[in-house]
Amino acid sequence: MIDWGAIFSNAAVELISPTTAAYALAALGLAVHFGYTGLLNFGQAGFMALGAYGYAISTLTFGFPVWASVLVGIGASVVFALILGIPTLRLRADYLAIVTIAAAEIVRLLFTTNTFQPVTGSANGLSGYKGGFADLNPIPPGTYGFGPFEYNAYDWWLRIVAWTVVILACLFTWQIMRSPWGRVIKGIREDEDAVRALGKNVYAYKMQSLILGGVFGTIAGMIFVLPRAVVPSNYQTSLTFFVYAILLLGGAATILGPVIGSMIFWVLLSFFSGFIARAVEAGWLPFMTSIQAGQLRFILVGVAIMLIVIYRPQGIFGNKKELAFVK
Amino acid sequence: MSNNIVPTAKPVKTVDMHIGEAVPGCKKKDPILVVDGVSRTFGGLKAVDVEHLEIPRGAITALIGPNGAGKTTLFNLLTGFDKPDTGSWTFEGTSIGGMAAFKVARMGQVRTFQLTKALGLLTVMDNMLLGAKAQVGENLFRAVLPFLWRQQEADNRVKALDLLARFKLDTKKDDYAASLSGGQRKLLEMARALMSDPTLVMLDEPMAGVNPALTQSLLDHILNLKAEGMSVLFVEHDMHMVRHIADWVIVMAEGKVVAEGDPHEVMRNQAVIDAYLGQHHDEDLGEDPDAEKEHVGAIKELLDDEL
Repeated sequence: MIDWGAIFSNAAVELISPTTAAYALAALGLAVHFGYTGLLNFGQAGFMALGAYGYAISTLTFGFPVWASVLVGIGASVVFALILGIPTLRLRADYLAIVTIAAAEIVRLLFTTNTFQPVTGSANGLSGYKGGFADLNPIPPGTYGFGPFEYNAYDWWLRIVAWTVVILACLFTWQIMRSPWGRVIKGIREDEDAVRALGKNVYAYKMQSLILGGVFGTIAGMIFVLPRAVVPSNYQTSLTFFVYAILLLGGAATILGPVIGSMIFWVLLSFFSGFIARAVEAGWLPFMTSIQAGQLRFILVGVAIMLIVIYRPQGIFGNKKELAFVK
Repeated sequence: MSNNIVPTAKPVKTVDMHIGEAVPGCKKKDPILVVDGVSRTFGGLKAVDVEHLEIPRGAITALIGPNGAGKTTLFNLLTGFDKPDTGSWTFEGTSIGGMAAFKVARMGQVRTFQLTKALGLLTVMDNMLLGAKAQVGENLFRAVLPFLWRQQEADNRVKALDLLARFKLDTKKDDYAASLSGGQRKLLEMARALMSDPTLVMLDEPMAGVNPALTQSLLDHILNLKAEGMSVLFVEHDMHMVRHIADWVIVMAEGKVVAEGDPHEVMRNQAVIDAYLGQHHDEDLGEDPDAEKEHVGAIKELLDDEL
């Protein structure tokens, strides 16, 4: 028989998992890019990889403390954003999409190549960089929590830090998007020539937006690797598309959309994978092996997202009125 | 700013602005914009080739010419939306040749577009506020600290409401600009441009696609700009309108300025008739007789109005 309790509790765990927080933050970065500014960044995986590797390499190779490692990651993503933005932000939006998707792949392949094996760990990736972060943990050792949410001190510390960062990023984004700065940004999304004609330096605003959303992606990359190891194959283009799926699910030009979208995405994913794996075990799906079952969850999530995008294209938190005028 | 606009039957024309003969490139007594040797080619086509041109201050200047004469290209060049191959120009004595569009706008030379660019998914009020200059809160770091820009924002809002009332858009202030009609968008674009207190307003075909009822009110708004001390340069096809409100007319054809002068004089100029009708308009070449009839009709109408 199927153990429904285990399926639901495994799904519930995803609600506050650090991975959910990381995806939420990365999606918030894309909301700044795509939802508010209209920049088609398809290289969010590259920004996340820079965060993960920036942090891990600084700690392992150079022995930097936590704060310096974080700054190195952020610095790397600012430089990356400048490299992407300087040649492409003067061009039409589609060019940025092409350049970012290629640049993110270049970043991933650079981290995968054997040439830099001593520093990047090549395809095996990196691990053993969590000491500094764990040492900052003020929570005494032990196990805390209730029901499915029972973790040791490190896991709680990680969750608290991750969600604090997400909440701070949301508050920051909310504040700037309702300021005159946000008005210019949204104006650029609608028609950058009109904004230029009103005396705003469109290029500088687009660059600021690209850097800001990229930094969100980078910090997300750091949160992403704290419960696991750094593995280059995690940063494939599909990562960017999952983040886009979360963004569209929640609503592109919203603050809470990426957060709730990420929660729904991960809870659904966990639920489907748990359900299908156990259904195969129980012999409900005789035509399927357990390996195939592992892939089926992505198909089901894809269908779920398609249904939401078709029947609620503004996302969960999007303003329905806006949609009436979409060209 | 007054709210009681009465349709002006006979606008007050500014006269006697030029020095010497009213020939192409003639000097003005008080020019706001002086253009020298500007050219722009697209492949083999010389779209704009203007030797010398002066736009008078405090007057309404019309830029007319047949399709493909280079009016909009010249507009784009002067506002920094396109880069010239050669040439320089000064605005209020400052050289702004090749300057970026946003800097040109900050100097007080704002433009509107032939195809209206209302920012659809912003409210009418946000559209207006975007037009205000030197906003403290438009800096990313200061944007985080609302107490720095709250007062300025409130002041801009009052100014925007005042302008919206003048353009009869105040009841729409919280609607998305995308919900406005084509004519209302034109009005919004003009009102938005005025938020920056410009000295020279450049309107690219302000009447294109506007119904006759709204045309009258748009005309009054343009005349009001002049009354408030702004200079206006506009591109237009509608000869009636040009003759009605323009103080000075510049005629372009094939990239060059072929004539300029008082609107009544310039319509009689042989170069203008040639530009519109072709140099051999009185010889039967058997080409596109309909279009020709239309133009001849238009010119005749103008001459009739004159009498």
